[in-house]
This record gives sequence, structure tokens and C-alpha cells, in this order.
Amino acid sequence: MSQPKTLFEKIWDDHVVYEEPGAPAILYIDLHLIHEVTSPQAFQGLREKGLRVRRPGQTLATMDHSIPTVGRDFSLMDAMAVKQVQTLEANCREFGIPLFNMFDDRQGIVHVIGPELGLTQPGMTIVCGDSHTSTHGAFGALAFGIGTSEVEHVLATQTILQRKPKTFEVRFEGTLPEGVTAKDMILALIATIGVGGGVGHVFEYTGEAVRRLNMEERLTLCNMSIEGGARAGLIAPDDTTFEYLADKPFAPKGKAWEEALERWRRLPTDPGATYDKSVTIDVSRLEPVITWGINPGMAIPITGRIPDPDKEPDPRKRRAMQRALEYMNFRPGQQLLGHPIDVVFIGSCTNARITDLRQAAQIFKGRKVAPGVRVLIVPGSQQVKRQAEAEGLDRIFKEAGAEWREPGCSMCIAMNGDRLEPGQYCVSTSNRNFEGRQGPGGRTILASPLTAAAAAVTGKITDPRTLIG
Amino acid sequence: MEPFVTLTSKLVPLPNENVDTDQIIPAQYLKVTDKVGLGKYLFAGWRYLPDGSPNPDFVLNRPEMQGRKVLLAGNNFGSGSSREHAVWALQGWGFRAVISTRFADIFYNNALKNGLLPVVVDEETHQRLFRWVDADPNVEITIDLPNQKLCLPDGTEVTFPIDSFSKHCLLKGLDQLGYLLEHLPRVEAYETSHPPRVDTTVLLTQVPPSPAPRS
Repeated sequence: MSQPKTLFEKIWDDHVVYEEPGAPAILYIDLHLIHEVTSPQAFQGLREKGLRVRRPGQTLATMDHSIPTVGRDFSLMDAMAVKQVQTLEANCREFGIPLFNMFDDRQGIVHVIGPELGLTQPGMTIVCGDSHTSTHGAFGALAFGIGTSEVEHVLATQTILQRKPKTFEVRFEGTLPEGVTAKDMILALIATIGVGGGVGHVFEYTGEAVRRLNMEERLTLCNMSIEGGARAGLIAPDDTTFEYLADKPFAPKGKAWEEALERWRRLPTDPGATYDKSVTIDVSRLEPVITWGINPGMAIPITGRIPDPDKEPDPRKRRAMQRALEYMNFRPGQQLLGHPIDVVFIGSCTNARITDLRQAAQIFKGRKVAPGVRVLIVPGSQQVKRQAEAEGLDRIFKEAGAEWREPGCSMCIAMNGDRLEPGQYCVSTSNRNFEGRQGPGGRTILASPLTAAAAAVTGKITDPRTLIG
Repeated sequence: MEPFVTLTSKLVPLPNENVDTDQIIPAQYLKVTDKVGLGKYLFAGWRYLPDGSPNPDFVLNRPEMQGRKVLLAGNNFGSGSSREHAVWALQGWGFRAVISTRFADIFYNNALKNGLLPVVVDEETHQRLFRWVDADPNVEITIDLPNQKLCLPDGTEVTFPIDSFSKHCLLKGLDQLGYLLEHLPRVEAYETSHPPRVDTTVLLTQVPPSPAPRS
């Protein structure tokens, strides 16, 4: 009987091509996703070295970060953004890589389209020049963000040099209360361990509360692993995973499906395998969680109060809290319920899938956006947009007074003109509340789609549990 | 890549904890297709006032900081986005090394691949360095990569970790891609026993779904 292994170790061991003492492992990459922002310098590197793309068939490109969401026209973009998307188009043509450009009806946020096409599969290694690549771990794939040099390495060799990370079990026990979501679970985790808590580690999410999540909720959970410092977050594949995958275009078919299932069922962590670190969170006591500060770890239950820096013994942490309070213009001990807000953003690779939009629509239905509040709803992909329109969700949003947009990263990263004005408060379903992330001087409060929708219709921070059921 | 062997420099102190890559270079400056010229956007949100003029209170704008090559950063530096632009911006300003207690994983890898040395020190050394700089902004440190030593202002030394492969590449100024290319026969052998899981090239000829009717 061989040594019991974790899910991560099984995938890792299966992908090590070679490992020399003292050197990082050469890890094989099954799927490489590409977008316009972090790839141009990598393609340039290939050209300078006279290299080709080794496996165009294991590569897919899309446009998401710098494209407009009000419509699809170059006239809506600045000259640099136009050059960036045209560069991706030219690079993909030159190197034979399939691309969904911004006019393509298959286009979407890179971490939304991989799963919806069935390209993301259990046991794979997946990389992308984007830190939220951790999203794909929901399928039991080892997926992580890489820099542009590494994008070039993968293009040229389909491998990457990696030091083996440590493992970190994140166990969610109990039953999630009504109105509390996967987004609240991950924000609660990051508040518990801090934004650096997972550095050097790969999370594996376990426990009954994770098992009960649907695939889209699992994607939300894994998406923000990087905000806890972990490069990747994994969930062992189970029947939920297989049911979701079964009818997807790139899922194996017929006999190949049966063989794949057999392989995938061997992936979960063996009994007796151990993790380097672990934490347990009981979700049955969770409330909706919101952030009050300038990193995703600065989060509180929605009915809670902002912590007091004077009670923080570590002077550096105290300084960081003071800086956050100053930037957000909040006070120690303040409760955020009822705090007025200016903008609501529902979108991003964290929360722009169909189930996220259905949750938001549940709150918007029969209600109006509060006077003076701007609401952007940006679906994660063209497919999500079509599905939402087929279900009539777009009409609910538009009748409420929200803006229904074309898919893209939009106000999560504010590269495309969708951005906050200085000083504005935004309740956002995205993943980062860093200073200026949604526009210089903008103030971000991260939340679930339910909490964001509740803020949209009331004009202030509102507990969504008071508006549902 | 410029080799890194030893470096003696004064320090630029930036005690903020958890400095994320959005602060190192805000997303609005990522619409570039090359690596050069990003130094002027380094820490742009803190470095410039809303009217675009330099913020005199920000450390990089102090005249005595110009030409320094080592950033003394707060705990957990480089979290957030994978943008390698953060490393290119630090190098564009003139930094060759960053000292912290902990670096985010992606930033750490990006730095090594560009010849920017991330120096991990223990909490105590980190705090002592900040106290030294507070007392005398012109203290110097020396980074000795061959011996993995950081020589402190009082002449004492601490060691710092780095894997031997990355160290070798930095000392020689080698691009890590060269190593991977050398091992391509092993990759080919791996691929023989591990057929591709997907083939995206079918998308090249696929007719995209027709747009949903827009109301």
C-alpha cells in the first residue's frame, strides 16, 4: 500500500516531468488560458527567441480585462486598449491559438468560460496570467496564476518551473444559513487567517458545507483563494462535479467519459493523508460578510462593528487598520448597516455566473434601484448573458433601473472606463477592495450578490436576509 | 537579464503591510504591450496627487531617495494580482532588491525571473532595519548573493533563503526558459505517455453560436 496522498499531491506527482536536486520541478501544464493584458510581452519574447507555441491545442485566449462593457466598438476604447486587443488578435493568428475576441458570442471572463466549455476538468493543471486562475480548482484541478515570464515558458514548452507548495486544509463544517453564501464563507476564511495566511500553500476545501455547494458556488470559493495568499484552492471532485461537466462541449464523451470518471474518482485525498496546516470554520453561525477596509481580510459580519485599532497589540497591524479607516472614511466601532452607498457592481470572475445573477434577481424583482445609486450588472460571459436573457433576468434588472452590460472584468479592475469616482462607496461582488482598485480614490465594500443587490435597492448597506423569503 | 552578485545600497523604507500589486502599479497602467517605461507609474496612487503632481510626502519623491536600489518593504509584499508589471515598474525605477519578511508567491517568482532579488528576513531583523533607517536614513546594507548574506549597518550578517537554481540563474543572469528548453526531450517523453486532455483547436473552425435576440 503506497503512502496516502492528498488531492494536491496526486495531481502534482502526475504532472512532474522532471526534478533535479536543488531545482524547482518542471511541471506539465494541461491547459493554458490567455488574455490581452498579461500576454503581449510573452509573445514578443517568443518572437525574439525564434520560438513557436508548443501546444496551441492546449491553449485558449479570450479578451476580458480592457474591453468595454457598454457595447462592443473600438470607438468606446482608448488607443492603448485598442492596441492591446489588436496585439492579442495578431499574436493568436500568428501562433495558431484559438481566440474569442470581443465580438465573439463565446467570449467571456477567462475564468468563466473555461468551466462553461468543460475545458476545466478534474486532475488537470491549469495556468493563466491572472491570479484568479485559482477559480478552476473547484473541479479538483490544480490551477494557479502566473506572471508573464511564465506565460512565455508555458507557450514555449507547455511546462513551468515550480517549487512544490505546502498543503492547507480549510474545513467548512455545518449548514449554511439562508441568505449566507459561498462568498461569505471565503470572506470569513480570509478574515480568520489574514491575506498572507495561505502564502506558500495550496488550500483544499473540505467538509460537509463544501460538499453541499453547487459548482458555481465552489468556483466562487476557490476564486478568492489567492486573496488568502494561497496560489491555488482545490475541491475534490464528486457527483456534483461530474453532473455539471457531463454535457459540456469539451467533456470526454462515451467510453472516454467512463474512463475519465474512473480516473477522477481516484483523485480525492486518501484517508490518513495529512496536510501541513489546517483550519476549521463552522458555517452554521455565519452571517453575510462585508469588508470595511482595504484588503479582503478586513471583513466583518454584516451586523458587526469595525474593529478598533487601539485594541490591536501589533503596531504594524494597528497602522494598517488606521490607514484603512482613513481611506474608507470609517470610524472604529462603527456599524456599517445603514451606511449610504453610491454604486453597486455585480460581476467579476468571483460572482458573475448564472446562479449569482439569479440570486441578485431574487432581490431586484418587484423593487427599484434606490434614487441616486448607480448599478452595473455585468454577466461573466456571453453564454451567461444569453441564459440570463432567456430567463428574463435582464428585464428584472433593467426594470429596476440597473445597467445590463456586455461581459468582461469591468469595474472589478477598472481598466476599461467602468470605474468609481474618488470618494464613492461601492458594494461590489468582486474580489479586491485594494485602494483605488475600482478607480482612483474609490472605496470598495466586498459582498455577496445578495448583499450587493440589497444595497442597490435600499441605497445603503442592508442585511439581505431582511429582503428575502 | 543583468546578473546579480553583490549590491551595496541605502534603503528606501516603505513600512506599509500587505502592499498589493495594485498599489505597486495600478491597473490603468497595464494597457501596455511592452515592459519598458513603467518606472514612472511605480506606486502611482501614492506617488502622485490627484492633479498629477508629485506627492511631496511620499517616500519615493524625497530627493535623497533617488538612485537607491533596495526597497525595505513591510510584511507580506506583492500580494494580489499576478501582473509582472509590478516587477518591471520596481526595476524601471531602479530597484534591484526588495527586503521583507514575506512575499506573495506569484510576485516572488516574477521577481526572480527578472533579476529583482526578493530578500526574506526574519521579523527581528526586519524591525531592526526599520529602526536603523528611522535613526539614520543614509545607512547602507550589502546584499551578498553568493553567500546568501545580508550585511547589516552594524557589520553583523544574517543569511537569507533562496533555492540554488534561482541563485545560479541570478548570478549568471540566465533566463530560466533556457533550462526548460534544454529539457524538451523529457517533455516530449511525458507527452507520449500523457495524451492531451483537450484540443482547443477545434474552436478555430467552429461556427460561434448565433447571438440571442436582443430586445
